[in-house]
Amino acid sequence: MRLLAAALACALIGGGAFAKDTEGCIIAAGAVTPDFALPHVAAAIAKKRLDVVVIGSASSELTGPSGSNIAYPTRLAVALGNLLPGVAVKVATYAQARETAGEMERKLSRIAVQSKPALVVWQTGTADAIRGVDPDDFRLALEDGVDSLRAGGADTVFMNMQYSPRTETMLAVDAYGDAMRMVALQQEVVLFDRLAIMKRWNEAGVFDLYAATRKTDVAEQVHDCLGRLLAKVVVEAAKLTSAYKKDIP
Amino acid sequence: MPVPAPGERDLRLDLFRGLALWLIFLDHIPSNILNWITIRNYGFSDATEIFVFISGYTAAFVYGRAMRERGVVVASARILKRTWQIYVAHVFLFAIYMAEISYVAATFENPLYGEEMGIFDFLRQPDITLVQALLLKFKPANMDVLPLYIVLLAGFPPMLWILVRAPAAALGASLLLYLLTWNFGWNLPAYPSGYWVFNPFAWQLLFVFGAWCGLGGAKRLAALIESPITFVVAVLYLVFACAIALTWYIPGLDHFVPKWLEDWMYPIDKTNLDVLRFAHFMALAVVTVRLVPQQWTFLNSLWLRPAILCGQHSLEIFCLGVFLSFAGHFAMVEINEGIAMQIAVSVLGIVAMVATAALISWYKRVEGRSPGSRPGPPGAPTL
Repeated sequence: MRLLAAALACALIGGGAFAKDTEGCIIAAGAVTPDFALPHVAAAIAKKRLDVVVIGSASSELTGPSGSNIAYPTRLAVALGNLLPGVAVKVATYAQARETAGEMERKLSRIAVQSKPALVVWQTGTADAIRGVDPDDFRLALEDGVDSLRAGGADTVFMNMQYSPRTETMLAVDAYGDAMRMVALQQEVVLFDRLAIMKRWNEAGVFDLYAATRKTDVAEQVHDCLGRLLAKVVVEAAKLTSAYKKDIP
Repeated sequence: MPVPAPGERDLRLDLFRGLALWLIFLDHIPSNILNWITIRNYGFSDATEIFVFISGYTAAFVYGRAMRERGVVVASARILKRTWQIYVAHVFLFAIYMAEISYVAATFENPLYGEEMGIFDFLRQPDITLVQALLLKFKPANMDVLPLYIVLLAGFPPMLWILVRAPAAALGASLLLYLLTWNFGWNLPAYPSGYWVFNPFAWQLLFVFGAWCGLGGAKRLAALIESPITFVVAVLYLVFACAIALTWYIPGLDHFVPKWLEDWMYPIDKTNLDVLRFAHFMALAVVTVRLVPQQWTFLNSLWLRPAILCGQHSLEIFCLGVFLSFAGHFAMVEINEGIAMQIAVSVLGIVAMVATAALISWYKRVEGRSPGSRPGPPGAPTL
């Protein structure tokens, strides 16, 4: 009973304290640093023109109340522009709801050839978990996708699932998250660990990820923070490419 | 593991099965700080291995005796009756799961999670989903263990028949099935796609190995198990597995794992009972048997009584644990997800499991005494 009372007290104290400021989420995200370099991005920055493609499923899209696009790819473009003055940044999004990694993988080589991006951000995992795709098939799709993007002259950044506390007992994402981490490690691909970042936000009380709401304000802030963190990771990973270090601000 | 004399129940089996039930309960509550005490964070194998092995052990112990004393037909009929009970328990749990998920689908809305809401799509096709669930093809998250048991037990009568007559041949056949499964990628299909999370063709190896030990195999292995060399090798392997497991959780440590080792080791396949997991369970068993002898008087102490009670009613307590993990997580989402609440939910859940096990024991005693009813078989029910 005392424990329950303590728990309720925690709820009352912690409940209203969601940070409104824009830097809070960046600090609370902790150390978000790339493990590997992005040489094609570094070369593109040196040439003052950076083309990025985001391929993903429904969580790469978000429409605001006025119909405006407020999803993280848009925020990524803005943040990259701020971090890389003088570089022409373009971000194109191919987001298709319910699409699995295998289905995306089949489109990747075409995208690499057509748009010739220096970087492909590949957001996937949730649709596979919902459909119960064999984690082995998921892993193979990731490996094949990275191979075809490499052959097409693009770097890859993986983005894993969102942290969704309400559906945690219903949707088993761990096997897919582990597969992604493993492929990232073995293929030396940068992993943007959205799952861990959002978990940390939840623990620190930066965002209320439990709320049942139709409003897009929290979703908008989450996407804004994700876009800015992703931009930071991309630029840092480009700097890891020593040959181009001097060209990057 | 020394074999207990007929009629004498090895309390260690109940103890460790009870502990495994608690760990499974804790592991099934996501974002729970008490998850960190469970063994899956410190090595390759987890509570599932303990549970499957002990279930095989006790199934062989109880039904093996029935087969010798009352014949193949009676023993098989009893095994299949048990299988049916587990199937009914699984369907019951599924009904509870449906109730929870339907409630969440109706009340939760958030533009951030439009994609995750996709898991409710199956509610729109109950005609297909319910039939697939009854066929054990559609299995919600965390509800994969009972279907594994259903298949293992359904296939157990012929296996037990061989085990009683030619234990080595049975173990060999089980190993062969495991190897063929790895070679040809056999598994049962799942709905809407993919395969069973716990592949019964692979996990049967642990169940049959447990059964083999329960029928006297442990005695044959005694020299090997008790050898100091085995003990040292087991401890070294546990330390190695623990070091590797730490690299999964502590950022930066994974760079210390050599690439050749990563390439050789990963993925550690839970679905198909990776040999690294099997070996990890074996090492744990060797160390445990050494540290906890059967005659250890502390086994009869009041302190271990709660875990032993739970282990003695494993089916009921397992189901309760799955339900409590849903309910506990639901309470965390609806009320508060803070650390105090996580600890409260975990502790209250385990208390509920122990209380229920005590209640079932009480019922058994009362019903055993009442006129007209038969006392239960000497071994308590097995899963």
